Amino acid sequence: MHLWPLAVYLVIVVMLVVAMLGLSFVLGQRHHNRATGTPYESGILSQGSARVRLSAKFYLVAMFFVIFDLEAVFIFAWAIAVRETGWTGYAEAMGFIAVLLATLVYLWRVGALDWRQGSRRVVA
Amino acid sequence: MHLACILPEVILTLAGVLIMLVDPLLPRTASRKPTGWFSVLAMVAAFAASAWQLHLAPGTAYYGVVQTDAFSVFFHLLICGTVLVALLAAIDSVRPEAHDMGEFFALILLGTVGMLLMTSAVELLLVFIGLEISSISTYILAGFRRRSGKSIEASIKYFLLGSFATAFFLYGIALTFGATGTTRIAAIAAALPHTTTPILAWTAVGLILIGLGFKVSAAPFHVWTPDVYEGAPSPVVALMSTAPKAAAFAVLLRIFYGAYPSIQQHWWSLFWVLAAVSMTLGNLAALRQQSVKRMLAYSSIAHAGYLLVAFTSFSLQGIAAASFYALCYVAMNVGIFAVISHVGGYDDHLWSITDYRGLAYRSPVLCGAMAFFLLSLIGIPFTGGFFAKFYVFSAALQQGMFGLAIIGLINSGIAAFYYLRLLTALYSKPAQGSPVLAVPRMSITLGLAILLSASATLLLGVVPRSSLDLAQRGAGTLFQTGHPAQAAVQVVNDAPSQ
Amino acid sequence: MAFDMYLVIFLIFGALCIAGALNLLLQRHPINSALSLIVVMTSLAVLYLLLGAEFLAAAQVIVYSGAIMVLFTFVIMLLNAGEEERTRGSRAAYLVGFPGVAALLGLLTYIFLSVRMPLGNAQLGGGTLVTTSDLSRVLFRDLLLPFEVTSILILVAILGAVALARKEES
Repeated sequence: MHLWPLAVYLVIVVMLVVAMLGLSFVLGQRHHNRATGTPYESGILSQGSARVRLSAKFYLVAMFFVIFDLEAVFIFAWAIAVRETGWTGYAEAMGFIAVLLATLVYLWRVGALDWRQGSRRVVA
Repeated sequence: MHLACILPEVILTLAGVLIMLVDPLLPRTASRKPTGWFSVLAMVAAFAASAWQLHLAPGTAYYGVVQTDAFSVFFHLLICGTVLVALLAAIDSVRPEAHDMGEFFALILLGTVGMLLMTSAVELLLVFIGLEISSISTYILAGFRRRSGKSIEASIKYFLLGSFATAFFLYGIALTFGATGTTRIAAIAAALPHTTTPILAWTAVGLILIGLGFKVSAAPFHVWTPDVYEGAPSPVVALMSTAPKAAAFAVLLRIFYGAYPSIQQHWWSLFWVLAAVSMTLGNLAALRQQSVKRMLAYSSIAHAGYLLVAFTSFSLQGIAAASFYALCYVAMNVGIFAVISHVGGYDDHLWSITDYRGLAYRSPVLCGAMAFFLLSLIGIPFTGGFFAKFYVFSAALQQGMFGLAIIGLINSGIAAFYYLRLLTALYSKPAQGSPVLAVPRMSITLGLAILLSASATLLLGVVPRSSLDLAQRGAGTLFQTGHPAQAAVQVVNDAPSQ
Repeated sequence: MAFDMYLVIFLIFGALCIAGALNLLLQRHPINSALSLIVVMTSLAVLYLLLGAEFLAAAQVIVYSGAIMVLFTFVIMLLNAGEEERTRGSRAAYLVGFPGVAALLGLLTYIFLSVRMPLGNAQLGGGTLVTTSDLSRVLFRDLLLPFEVTSILILVAILGAVALARKEES
């Protein structure tokens, strides 16, 4: 396995980032006025902190993402060897996916994917 | 044929998924009790399927990943029976109006799948996945009483320490693979004598022991136990203090006698220390407890210690004694927690030993059952607890472990103190002026749960023969994988005459 | 020549990994620490790739650099975690922690150096697990049942997440 392409790629990436940051630093204009630091230079002054409390629902969604992401890893392993494993592999992967599909149906029914406010479903 | 080997697991998985899918379809106000009844039915079916497996020829399935033999069937029956009692105790004592009961029962069923797989797996990766399934479901069940801060605290503590322990176990598997190049138990046993890196194997043994020591709450890995038992709802404690522990003990037996018999001289002393420390620490700490659940938590630590005594005896007898002890322990423990979940209430409004004063005057039947379980925990003859201790200590003495046997006997004496303290409280008159808290009427399901566990405890104490025979058959299959040469030696049965 | 290339890449990413880990510990803002963790995870993925563990590298990127990091940033966002305050640290950490870490490090170094030869010769699965398709063959034949059971594990995890996030009804 030749790793030269990887090394070249790495060097290009680093150079690109350095070039972008460096060029904008060199070429960009600089000014330090009274309102430069505010979020909206010519708009309404923002009020309060940007750190608002977020609903725990975000966390639930992140959790589902992680869990289904793991599923993707397994399916990735199957996709690579889909020809070698043949129909038995297909059946196994279908069994795996079927259980997870049941999970998705459950999540849907229980309202965990529901974003409406005041929804009558039971999940926060 | 393959499917027959995992039939109980398949039944429970299908039932669990079905409950999970049906539950959100039910009207919000509808009672969730039918899902409970359905899970009881599924558990009975799984029990029957396990019993049927006994008639199958012992063998492996799915490319040598699971093994059906007398050992796995013994623990299958034990776990299914225990979970059945816990389910019966839970149906009526958990808040009847709750809408998340479907999930409660689905989690119990799926967790049981994990425990069953742990006992029949002969591939460490499958053992690990089974352990994770059973652990994750118990973490969540422990926090099911979400209004109570204690319950959530219990769940978080259990989760954090539990995942830490699982990581130890996983690391042990990885090092085992490093030493032997395989994760199959029989292959490990075969490859171990020729390994070029014995140090990896020794480290692996230590790490696996730490991980599973946590799961069976053996001291010094026990710190989570009292807090979690106190905070978790009592019906859940009835489950988590019994079935997952029995499964973890089965895994310990399988790994240490199946995979690591050739380095037994390196690990038996670890079990010696673990057993001595668990017995002593558990009993001494239990003496000072005021809360009934905390006391029983420390008592369960001590019982894990008694059970570990059997591991120091490297014989068929030792394995059989350990399996039999696990059976007696789950029978009496699930019973006493079933009583507590009714008397104490779902919110644990009766929790201290003084609260239990005069229970005999309020509910003589429940009190009688509780007294019987306490006597069995002490180890009085004609209860399962007696024979369990008897076999464990005789196995240890046979191996010449006099020191450990003496520590164990002294501990049994200490333990009698705190069990008797609760027992006398039950039968003494309630204190003057204290409000008499009414115990609600016992439901049929709870009565059935208590009846089942009490009769199991009684039968194990009076006619232990048939279950002991099965335990010995199981021990035989386990011993063969690790020690083909010695398996031919027939072990003389020394059950005392009644 | 190719060997040198391996060594160079190993050194670059090993250094990057350690630098990321140190930065993770020294940063005061949780989000900076989380971003350093991505550096650590990704460099680890490259190291796995160097060892020939393609699948592990891919899984590392998908699961750790992707999903786990998303979870981290979500938690930081949800908790509104601000800048940490610097404390002197507990005395126990200095008295027990540092010597403990040093002892553990010494022990591990000793073990690895003393049994380096046998460790290097350890046969891992007969040396057949090289590419992802080899791994898939093992996963879909020898480990068929554990693979299917994993789906139950995932299911239990989801049930648990929902059960914990449920609204408590009055």
